[in-house]
Amino acid sequence: MDHLDQLEAQSVFILREAYRKLKPLAMLWSLGKDSNVMVWLAKKAFLGRVPFPVMHVDTGKKFPEMYQFRDEYTKKWELDLLLGDCPPVEEMDPSLPPAARSAARKTAGLAAMIEKHKLQGVIAGIRRDEQGTRAKERVFSPRGASHKWDIRNQPPEFWDQYATPHEDGMHIRVHPLLSWREIDIWRYIEREGIPLVDLYFAKNGKRYRSLGDADITSPVESNAATLAEVIAELETTKTSERSGRAMDHESEDAFERLRVAGYL
Amino acid sequence: MSDTISSSQDAATPIVIVGHVDHGKSTLIGRLLHDTDNLQDGKVAQIIESSKKRGLKIEWSFLLDSLQIERDQGVTVDSTRIPFRLGAREYVIVDAPGHRQFLRNMITGAADAEAAVLVVDAVEGAREQTRRHAMLLHLIGIRHVIVLLNKVDLLDFDQAKVEAVEVSVNELLGKLGLEAAYFVPASARDGDNIASRSERMPWYSGPTLTEALARVPTPASRSELALRLPVQDVYRFGDKRYVAGRIERGRVRVGDTVVIGTQKTPARIASIESWHTAPHVSASAGQSIAVTLEPDVIPDRGDLLHHVDTPPTQASRVRTRLFWLRQEPLRVGESFRLRLATAEHAVTVTSIESVVNLDDLTMHPGTEVPPEGFAEITLSAAENVQFDAFAPGTPDGRGVLVDLQQRIVGGAPLIGPADIAVGEKSIHPSASVVTTQDRQRVKGHKGRVFWLTGLSGSGKSTLARAAENALFSAGVDVSVLDGDTLRAGLCKDLGFTEADRTENVRRAAEVARILRDAGQVVLVALISPLRSDRELARQIIGDGFEEVFVDADLGTCEQRDPKGLYAAARAGKINGFTGIDAPYEAPQAPALRVATGNGSVENAVAQLVSFVEGSVRAGGNARARS
Repeated sequence: MDHLDQLEAQSVFILREAYRKLKPLAMLWSLGKDSNVMVWLAKKAFLGRVPFPVMHVDTGKKFPEMYQFRDEYTKKWELDLLLGDCPPVEEMDPSLPPAARSAARKTAGLAAMIEKHKLQGVIAGIRRDEQGTRAKERVFSPRGASHKWDIRNQPPEFWDQYATPHEDGMHIRVHPLLSWREIDIWRYIEREGIPLVDLYFAKNGKRYRSLGDADITSPVESNAATLAEVIAELETTKTSERSGRAMDHESEDAFERLRVAGYL
Repeated sequence: MSDTISSSQDAATPIVIVGHVDHGKSTLIGRLLHDTDNLQDGKVAQIIESSKKRGLKIEWSFLLDSLQIERDQGVTVDSTRIPFRLGAREYVIVDAPGHRQFLRNMITGAADAEAAVLVVDAVEGAREQTRRHAMLLHLIGIRHVIVLLNKVDLLDFDQAKVEAVEVSVNELLGKLGLEAAYFVPASARDGDNIASRSERMPWYSGPTLTEALARVPTPASRSELALRLPVQDVYRFGDKRYVAGRIERGRVRVGDTVVIGTQKTPARIASIESWHTAPHVSASAGQSIAVTLEPDVIPDRGDLLHHVDTPPTQASRVRTRLFWLRQEPLRVGESFRLRLATAEHAVTVTSIESVVNLDDLTMHPGTEVPPEGFAEITLSAAENVQFDAFAPGTPDGRGVLVDLQQRIVGGAPLIGPADIAVGEKSIHPSASVVTTQDRQRVKGHKGRVFWLTGLSGSGKSTLARAAENALFSAGVDVSVLDGDTLRAGLCKDLGFTEADRTENVRRAAEVARILRDAGQVVLVALISPLRSDRELARQIIGDGFEEVFVDADLGTCEQRDPKGLYAAARAGKINGFTGIDAPYEAPQAPALRVATGNGSVENAVAQLVSFVEGSVRAGGNARARS
């Protein structure tokens, strides 16, 4: 087994644990590269099916290409798509910096969907190598009734034994891609032929490395126009994947505050 | 040992960095990432800015301590993982905190590590957490340990002094059956022997840290061992039934005959199914697969599939080498669920064979395992457990204990079946499959014990019976255990000697525990004059024990004398009467004190009822105990 086989096998194991232990369960589908890999892995785990709904928490501010992609692949992949919308930015914590405040809308939209569908499990595509606070996450990360991430009291997690909800109102964030690195995602996309929005590929010397809301995400300088070129670029780059995501850079703690409140 | 060559397409090798607090783990990791060119652009500038903001020079640990609280307080709160590349080989560095509840967080990071770097301060030598960490490395089966002797500049890079520390650390590791693969004298702060050879220790000819990391062996293949395929789930999609699971070790082929679980049902592997890959005729260790069986039997989750001629060990009593993660001690008689791969068994702790003394790493007999302690214990299950004894580098015997709330409370590597000694009573307490959470949901409140202590005549029974009535009317499933009722039946063989009174308390506490576990609110009304007896009750009951002091002074109680006992004691007709010629040790910090000396009974009852309701209704767990 090579590295990608191992990552795939581990993610399949995690998805099957989630499906067995957490009901009702749903997967977040943000339409980005990582969540497409996640949908793909679910089809691997469940023999070509995704046996739970996928959720798109829609900020209404995604790129038009992403909405088009969503409509096309909901049909092609036979997904049970749940849509949720987000409250206006005026209702968000005014003490957050502007981009983080905008991103907080998604947290509120997600919380509403978890309540509405009484979810016990939410599968999310975060990875440890993206950001320092994500490096401290668990594969099964329990959230209390307030959806808050209690960083000081994370449960032990070892030998593939994961936390389950032990109080009413709790849910578990399941992170099947936690051990994947950015380059693993791209190599897997290449190996499997997983479709993507073409915003990830360079046009006029720029491409998006990470996709968020159109107004708070900027492209990076790049000439990588094909999968092979993107992979070659990542093998040598030393800039951070989320360098184009404004909310990460506004203040030292902006992203941590978002995550503690229930952001992904 | 030869250098391992691998490409970045291979799996990353996880390396855990452990050691006593302040021996320099975080500085080492920062320095290592920096000297090997593994930091992202702008990261160093960011660290310098964060350091300056807190009045520090340059704090390498900020690379790992990404949380605000970690940077502000200078401690690592939770383990983190950092990808790291050395030549063509990929690693993941796992940084485990050395502070509070470190064991819980360290195990989370360390359990799947291939090797460990044990950081030891050259001046301080091995300390308490050095010993704990080494013990845990031993228990989870990490056998490749690199000792990094840090801060050797403080020993003036002196060979004799360094070698003296080396001897003492090796002695410690030797007691645990561990042997250091390399012993690297270094200064993490200055970069000596981290990524480049130190010019200040010309006498040292061993590897630098990066050279030692390059020599960490890659994991041995588990495909050649006997097959173990634990069933994870069974799906019915369309007209097919799929048995899903991950091969823990060995290999399975289409056409193989396998035996399923303790039922020993035989079946043939009819197909190995997958989506978007070429069809498989065989699969091996590490792969998550789905198979169809012929005949189409339906196994349960946890059933082990194995080949006929290579069965696992089977026993209802197993010995384990426990590392205990709960904040309260573990005692004989406690019930848990033992998770073993995908299987789950109800088990009871039937004995504690020995407990590790962490000061000198010796084993001693003991009656309880302290928080974050290590011990050898025996677990009994109602049914047979199929397992292979724990072996480093394999997934065998990786037992984990969870409590009734499904919280992970300990790691329990299974080391073998336990014999039932001749003449020993074979006790197999069965554990409930109904969870505490289920009971709470049905009853609408938690089970809890309120232990009313006070002088004879202070009003314990009156209070308990009135509160019982009020609580029952409010929908609480409540019962009262009072001294006289117990002595009329369950305890009628007991007198009033100190030993008998202790036994009386013990029996009351055991009954209260059973009722509490069934979800009831239990009001115990018992003089229980001795602090040590009430402590015993608290230990037996564990979670959800509340001490209530029913407080009336001796004069008042003697004046009331509802049963004429004070008069009899004064007249010398009874001996050892609490308050007269036997002591009453009042609680020092009860959860609730109800004054019953003067004032109305109604007020006292209302006070108790409101305390109980606040404590057992959802979320009402947090009443402060002084």
